[in-house]
Amino acid sequence: MGEMEQLRKEAESLKDQITAARKAVQDSTLQEAAAGITVVGRIQMKTRKTLRGHLAKIYAMHWSTDSKLCVSASQDGKLIVWDSVTTNKVNAIPLKSSWVMTCAYAPSGNLVACGGLDNMCSIYNLKGKDGNVKVMRELAAHTGYLSCCRFISDTEIITSSGDCTCILWDIETGTQKTVFAGHQGDCMSLAVAPDFKFFISGACDFTAKLWDIREGTCRQTFGGHESDVNAIGFFPNGNAVITGSDDATCKLFDLRADQELITYQDSSIMCGVTSLAPSLSGRLILAGYDDFNVNIWDMLKAERVGVLAGHDNRVSCIGVSADGMACCTGSWDSFLKIWN
Amino acid sequence: MFSSLLLPAHCRPKNRYHSIFFSKKKKDKIVLKTPRMSSSSNLATMKKAVQQLRFEASINRVKVSQAAVDLQQFCLQNALQDPLLTGVSSSTNPFRPQKVCSFL
Repeated sequence: MGEMEQLRKEAESLKDQITAARKAVQDSTLQEAAAGITVVGRIQMKTRKTLRGHLAKIYAMHWSTDSKLCVSASQDGKLIVWDSVTTNKVNAIPLKSSWVMTCAYAPSGNLVACGGLDNMCSIYNLKGKDGNVKVMRELAAHTGYLSCCRFISDTEIITSSGDCTCILWDIETGTQKTVFAGHQGDCMSLAVAPDFKFFISGACDFTAKLWDIREGTCRQTFGGHESDVNAIGFFPNGNAVITGSDDATCKLFDLRADQELITYQDSSIMCGVTSLAPSLSGRLILAGYDDFNVNIWDMLKAERVGVLAGHDNRVSCIGVSADGMACCTGSWDSFLKIWN
Repeated sequence: MFSSLLLPAHCRPKNRYHSIFFSKKKKDKIVLKTPRMSSSSNLATMKKAVQQLRFEASINRVKVSQAAVDLQQFCLQNALQDPLLTGVSSSTNPFRPQKVCSFL
């Protein structure tokens, strides 16, 4: 038997081992455990603010940790920092490349980042001495489009790319610290754990992977989706991962049990999930879909408990503020809406 | 225009750009074809894949019943502090300032 054939056999055997090990701890289901809990009552949120100003499709938005400011990125080639309470534009940053697909706000509030088809992640300093917002760094190394980026701190950022890898960057030097390779398809989104030790990525190979930031290794891989994983998020306590896919479902994977616990789906929903965000307690999952709506799911009961309808085109991004007070949706209709 | 057009065909996810920026149609499944590699690099890739699987197989797993209870506990313990779940009254809603009445 050739070495290649031997390795193939070993790979199959290990995959079977993993399946068996997951089954071995499957002594119950989330449905059974939550059987005694009543479904959340109907959630009815209203649009409290509409942020108008972008001239084209909005692709991404991210809240600042102060729960008031947020940044959005649009195909009109602008990054806008908004005061969501007053609806004022704090900054309107013109971009070199208008083909932007993602944006991020640093936890400190000092920096924002964006990237897209230029394959680069551009870092902007909002608190420059002369008051002008300038490009601070251009992080270039990916050989594919930048699909998502998230700051760890003012000196480190993680990016995911269409080149199937994620990279941890040192912003000061503009160099790659770690390359996270393993996905077999475009990486579409990423989320950092609340303790900043891990991050998760969703990709077009239909899987989600959990990565150890310091070790640079992939610890767990979660399959089950039948199409691209477009959106991903951590459950607030960091012990579970929620994914949204083109297969029209969202799934909850528990990290400690290393398996899928529940699927959020409805026969009437036939379009892909573009974005998702859990509420502060994790009880609600807000997911944006291609059909212009946001569906609100009861995380424990897997029932739809609300809908946010108000956009005239695909909801491309969604985020819940750090204090849990509001949810922001961004759409291809060029508007952002604040709901609660 | 797009720098990625300079990539070799197998790395260029044509349908992905189209569907993200222009189309509302259901995307075709993207199959990234691996290029013809030398047998030694194929072997190296396979070895890495097996190593990764060995690692993933070795982790400790908690029982689903325990994991489910913990998730539930977290939700219930934090339910009252979750404004989107409990609802926000207009007096405490920063996005819905109360109209100030002034005495004339």
